[in-house]
Amino acid sequence: MRKALDTVRGNVLLKHSLIALLAAALVLLVMESVSPFRQGQLAMMAYYAIAAGGLTVLTGLSGQLSLGHGAFMAIGAYTTALLLQEREGALPMIVIILIAALVATVVGAIVGVAAARLHGPYIAGATLALAVAVPGIALHFSSVFGGEQGLNVKVPEVPRLADDALYFLTGTETSTSEWVAYSAWFLLIIVYFLLANLSASRIGRRWRAVRDDEVAASLAGIDLGRDRVVAFVVSAACAGVAGALLALASRLAAPGSFSLVLSLTLLSAVVLGGLGSLLGALLGSGLLALLPNLATSIGSSMGLSDVKAAELSPLVIGLTTMLVILLAPAGVVGSVRQLLAGRGPRATTAAAGTPGAGADTPTVAEPRG
Amino acid sequence: MQQLITTLLNGLTMGMVYAAFALALVLIWRSTRIVNFAQAPMAMVTTYIAMVLIEGGLNYWLAFILALLSGFVLGAFVERVIVRPVEGKSDINAVILTLGLFIVLHALAALVFGSDYKSFPAPFGVRGITVGGHSLAITPFGIFTIVAVIVVMLLLLLLFQKTDVGLQMRASAFNPEVARLLGVKVSSMLTLGWALAALVGSLSGLLIAGGNLVHPGYMDSVVVFGFVAAVLGGLDSPLGAVVGGLIMGIALSLVSGYLGSGLVSLAALLILVAVLLVKPGGLFSHASERKV
Repeated sequence: MRKALDTVRGNVLLKHSLIALLAAALVLLVMESVSPFRQGQLAMMAYYAIAAGGLTVLTGLSGQLSLGHGAFMAIGAYTTALLLQEREGALPMIVIILIAALVATVVGAIVGVAAARLHGPYIAGATLALAVAVPGIALHFSSVFGGEQGLNVKVPEVPRLADDALYFLTGTETSTSEWVAYSAWFLLIIVYFLLANLSASRIGRRWRAVRDDEVAASLAGIDLGRDRVVAFVVSAACAGVAGALLALASRLAAPGSFSLVLSLTLLSAVVLGGLGSLLGALLGSGLLALLPNLATSIGSSMGLSDVKAAELSPLVIGLTTMLVILLAPAGVVGSVRQLLAGRGPRATTAAAGTPGAGADTPTVAEPRG
Repeated sequence: MQQLITTLLNGLTMGMVYAAFALALVLIWRSTRIVNFAQAPMAMVTTYIAMVLIEGGLNYWLAFILALLSGFVLGAFVERVIVRPVEGKSDINAVILTLGLFIVLHALAALVFGSDYKSFPAPFGVRGITVGGHSLAITPFGIFTIVAVIVVMLLLLLLFQKTDVGLQMRASAFNPEVARLLGVKVSSMLTLGWALAALVGSLSGLLIAGGNLVHPGYMDSVVVFGFVAAVLGGLDSPLGAVVGGLIMGIALSLVSGYLGSGLVSLAALLILVAVLLVKPGGLFSHASERKV
């Protein structure tokens, strides 16, 4: 038993596969036991988590700050909406999501090439401009993108095979929105599986090397520019998938969904959980998806109007982000890991094996060269 | 022809406002090496303060000055309480902190003042001046905008070049260590720098708001245009910020007038990327060595 555990711990691929399988089982269990409303919230959590996962790899591992990931989500969402104007003869959902990811990847490559040459506040400003520019394009070409109203998305029927498989596993019929929630979570597991392996691989190590010391990394023969662009493309693709799922889950792609605040709260989710940690990105996204409803109901019970109560959630997210940066820059996951690592040598070695863990997590407070 | 003149005059007015905003960013960047992305919501908050005061029956000019002063206080507060702990640390931290402040001020403004569109009064007419039966594109409020920004810039120039405090501020920004050894209270100078910058930022907020609709997000695109203007000028030079602001104002006005207002932000993005790829140090930069 002990030997088996050690084998699992030693083999990253095996470990990640096991976690992915467990997560899939857990998703099945949770999704069947909650109400349709909660399923919607879970779908939202999943697409936020996919985008945040890409962003945490970009910012935490490769050291590039992006304030524009909402723009890549918008690109994914509009691609999906354009492909799903008719329910008849529509492509399968997974193909549409892949096309959305591909379009986001292409734009990400273009932006990434420019961003790879920029430093610090310049890359922040450029991606900020991107976040403001993309909804503007949707408004300008309103005959294609539907202007302020946006485009409605005709979500395809649940595929026969998936319907039968889910019926076999759960014994209940699957509605379209439930199917979207399932797809979002299974895609989340696949994306995190790929990201975790990527960050544990050679390329992940190169990203960390570039992040920590550019001069040393380039002396060691690392092509700084290429690795930065790759990181940007990977995270843009994640945001594209997330945008596609957003469009499917909300059945709409409209410029209002991709405001500057979306890009900024995504970054907050990543910072709250702990830069560079996928688990942290997942936790932060959970907060993004669940807090608005909670805050609104608390606000309403305190006598605020619904519109004002809805503002409590960004207020809490913004304040927590500032507090995390000031008090615990490693984020929730990073701080817990630091605490655990302080306990004893065993915990330290265990944490060192996981990607983005312990010593690998950038404690953002350290000055970078 | 008529349209071109209208567009250019409009661009000149907006350019002055962007110049003021870019100047605010540059002042903070020079003193603390932080780009204050929260400048936009800070200016938004002070504009709301002016609006509440005017709605409460206060004279426009008194409200205008009180709003500028509240900007000054807000800037000093933000530097002292929020930004001070991350100064000189990782630039990612500082940027994320200002963005957190961005979200907080947005939400607070929507909570306190409401998130619907409200019209902000203007002290002068916002219709074109008529000369001999022809309506010119320049409005009295536009002239006021240009004059106000020029006056503030001249005052800043006087402060930095002719006064003792200005000299101390420049010394603190240039070399804090040496300035401290020479007896300059560097930390007070940094606070003063932020406070002045926030005042200038508030001015641009008030000028954009005049005769227009105000809501919590009305400055969001201005932070992008102001940032691009500051980068055009090299992010380090106040004069560059002013020139960059004028270029941005006229360029964006042309895009808006001839191509469509939805493309303005995209144009700003393209200008920014072009400048950063061709002349990363800004239009007036000399060649400088890079680490890698």
